[in-house]
Formats: sequence, structure tokens, C-alpha cells
Amino acid sequence: MKTENQRGWLFVLPVLILVAFNALVPLMTVVNYSVQETFGDNLFFWHGVGWFEDVLRSDRFHAALGRQALFTFTILLIEVPLGVAIALAMPRKGFWVSVCLVLMALPLLIPWNVVGAMWNIFTLPDIGLLGYFMNHVLGIDYNMTQSPLAAWVTIIVMDVWHWTSLVVLLAYAGLISIPEAYYQAAKIDGASNWAVFRYIQLPKMKRVLTIAVLLRFMDSFNIYTEPFVLTGGGPGNSTTLLSIDLVKVALGQFDLGIAAAMSLIYFAFTLLVSWLFYTIMTRNEQ
Amino acid sequence: MRPRALIPILYILFLLLPIYWLVAMSFKTTNEILGGFSLFPQEWTFASYRTIFTDPTWYWGYINSIIYVSLNTVISLLAALPAAYAFSRFRFLGDKHLFFWLLTNRMAPAAVFALPFFQLYSAVGLFDTHLAVALAHCLFNIPLAVWILEGFMSGVPKELDETAYVDGYSFPRFFIRIFVPTIKAGIGVAAFFCFMFSWVELLLAKTLTAVEAKPIAAVMTRTASSAGYELGLLAAAGVLTIIPGAIVIWFVRNYIAKGFALGRV
Repeated sequence: MKTENQRGWLFVLPVLILVAFNALVPLMTVVNYSVQETFGDNLFFWHGVGWFEDVLRSDRFHAALGRQALFTFTILLIEVPLGVAIALAMPRKGFWVSVCLVLMALPLLIPWNVVGAMWNIFTLPDIGLLGYFMNHVLGIDYNMTQSPLAAWVTIIVMDVWHWTSLVVLLAYAGLISIPEAYYQAAKIDGASNWAVFRYIQLPKMKRVLTIAVLLRFMDSFNIYTEPFVLTGGGPGNSTTLLSIDLVKVALGQFDLGIAAAMSLIYFAFTLLVSWLFYTIMTRNEQ
Repeated sequence: MRPRALIPILYILFLLLPIYWLVAMSFKTTNEILGGFSLFPQEWTFASYRTIFTDPTWYWGYINSIIYVSLNTVISLLAALPAAYAFSRFRFLGDKHLFFWLLTNRMAPAAVFALPFFQLYSAVGLFDTHLAVALAHCLFNIPLAVWILEGFMSGVPKELDETAYVDGYSFPRFFIRIFVPTIKAGIGVAAFFCFMFSWVELLLAKTLTAVEAKPIAAVMTRTASSAGYELGLLAAAGVLTIIPGAIVIWFVRNYIAKGFALGRV
């Protein structure tokens, strides 16, 4: 039982100051840009919600949002079931657990631009391992700079390579917290493997899987560096995800008003989806 | 060996293939790389690694990255420890809202904040310092550290605190001498995740630095564009960025699986 103690605020104060400094000041800067128009010389004029209307009506934003939704949905659909399957098949104790965990965690600790560069080297049509194999051994025409389909498949496989381990680690953590007695009881009752999974393992993993889906949703929705290094958003605009488009608008064309309005809509959307998902998943608790 | 052991083995092979290719590339000569396809380096060369270890721009990139990552880990943990204690032990006005607000900071796209961050840190005179990157990374690392530590602390019974007070410990002495050693596994896990997310982040680190505190990732991007097609050098630099992470994983291997599981959302 927790005690009522307003001194808690004192303990939280350093965190509050550090995070507020980093979160509120930049957020207010973005809000500031989103309601103003500039003609250079650091002169700004009130523009109301004009930028927001522009962004919400623009086909370009709809297209980027559509591509982003497709990307996030696809990787969640692959990474979550795959991660659970791998966690279920992993050994529970002994030397091999450490080996599996260390090797699987490796992609998580590689800087994101190195991930992009590594996959670029890996998929180069004539000198990359995968590129060579596809083109010269299987005879499939595979070139990311020309075919949008190849570019899409590659960024999805890259994300699966990069992040499935996070789902594995989380699901595995959920699995090892199940007491041995549960399995013994299931054995006595003659439960099938599927029943054990459906009624013991899945409910016990629900909380960690909620965290996994939330983290993967937030991070994949904000993905920038890896696809930028790998495809640069191309060929054409086929892999221009939301963040890449945003940076193009903000730094490429220096349309700060539109970029700021885009960011706020983008942020609000992420917040809304995360909150809805979290509320639905935790509805039945307590 | 049971057939289902094949699943993790196949998965690990899939993970290692691109890494193998990067390592193989780093030992090839530029001629061999551009000359055609070879599964193993035909003519081993350490030239790429020699360049990195002798050119100050390169090795300072690594040192800069390690400095701001360590600084960030220390700041995040020092700030998060008392906060996590408060969330796990006290009820205070607005605590639940505060906790959720902290977590929402992970949702803001870094690409959105790049420009405002640049302006903010230029305005306070911290631009191009290690401290700037370390502080900026607090945005996503502190919420994560609070979340993980709170989970571990809630697992420690409250009787421990009460017994210590009865024994005449003051709060700071109790916290440092008794409480911190009790949750050292949790501190290890939190430190691992802070290290990880600060080490892999590039966008903010690149935006906030120019010369003095330039991270290795930024040195690599510059080389990739200016020096033409030196794939061997790029591959060697990439291989060297994997090593610090691999060392850290080895030390915390028994705790990583528990890290996220014990926290609450």
C-alpha cells in the first residue's frame, strides 16, 4: 500500500525539469511555427489554422500517411507472431539461453545509420551477398534503385531483422515468469499444446506483448534513419514514409509552417492510437 | 536435438548474415569489392582499420560518442532513481498523469524536434558540446529509466524501508547504503537500455554537434558522401560501432530479458 506523501514531488523534480526542458520548449517552438507565416528576415505573421487545413487537405500528406500506415501494419503483423514463435521455441535454461539472448540482442545495439548502411552493402545488386544471390543465383531481377517493390520488401525485411528481437526478449521474459506448476496442472488435465498456449502462455504474455506492440508501433511510426540511408525515400516517392517527408518539407524546402503543422498532426495521431490501444488492452485489469 | 530448436537457430543465422557481410567487406581491398563478387576476402587487408585508428577525425568520433553516451546514462540514472522511488512508494497529487506524460515523450518523432532542438541548444550556448547531446537524449531515456526502475522497486517489500528507519537510518543513508544495493540488478538493466538508445540514436546527436563533439555516426555519413565509394572503410567503421554494444550485452545478458517485463506501463 502506498502512502499519501506530497514530498513525492520533490523526488520527481529533477526528472520533471530535465524532461520539461527537452519536451516543452521544442514543442512550443513547433506550435509557434505552425500558426505563423514568414516571408524571410525573421518576420512572422499570424496565420491561424491555415497550415493545418493545408496539410489535412494535401494529397501528399495523405499518400505519406498511407505508406506509413501500410509499413507499420505490415511489420507489426510479421514481427509480433514471429517474435512469439521464436520465444516459445527457445531453451528455458542452460548455457544456450545466454548465447541466444546475446546474439539476438545484437541488432538492437547497432546505430541506426549503420543498420541502413549494412543493408545497403548487403543488397547491392552485383557485389552484395543478397543482391548477388537474388540476381545471379535465383535469377530474380532485384534492384532497389529501380523497383519500388524491391525497395518495399527490403525495408520491411530490414525492420524485421532489426526489431523482431525486441519482441522475442519481451515475450521470453513473459514466458519465464510462468511457474512450473501451471504446466504440471495442464499435463495432468491432458491439455494439448494449443490449449497450453491459448489458456496459459498467451494470457501470461498479454502484458509484455502490449508493451511490445506499443513500443514497435511508436518506434516504427517515427522511423527515419534506416529507410533514409537505405533508399532515401525512393525510387520516386515510393518509400517516403512520414518522417522522411517531414524532413524534406522542413529542411529541404524550409516550409516551417507546413512542417510544424504536419508534426503536430503526426504527434497527435501517434498519441491517439497508442492511448486507444493501451486503454483497450488494459480495460479488463483490476 | 528437438526439431523446434531449429527455429531459433534459423533466426540467428538470418540475423548474422548481414553482419557477416559487413565484416567480410571490411577486410577486402577496394579493388576486390568493386571488382566483383567473392564470398570470402581473397586478399586480407587491415588498411581500413588502420585508417580509422590513425586518423583523429575517425577515432575522435568514437571517443565523442562514448563520452556523451556515458554522460547520458549517468544523468538519466541519477535523476530517475529518486523519481522512480517516489512513484513506487508514495501517492501524490497528479502522480498517474505525470507518469503517463513522461511516457508520451517517447512518441514524439525525433525528426520533428530536430530543428527546435538546434535552436534551443544554440540559445543556451551548449551547441556542439557532449553535454548537449547527453541532455537531449534524456528526453527518451529518462522516461524509460523511470519506468524500468519503478518496476524493480515495486518488487522490494516496503518493510525494508520501515525496518531501516526503526534502526535509525536517515533517508539518504538508507537510500544509498541499503536501497540502491538491493535493486542493483534493476539499475544494471536501466543502464543497459539508456546506453542502447543513446548509442543508436543519430538524428539529434548529429543536429546538435558540428566539430568538437561530432559522433561516429556523423563521421560515417560525411565519409560516405565525400570520399566517394570507400565501402571497405565504411564497413570497418560499422563493425567497430557494433563492438561496444556487444560488450555491454555480454555483461547484462542475465538481466535483459527481465528488464521490460518487470516495469508497468
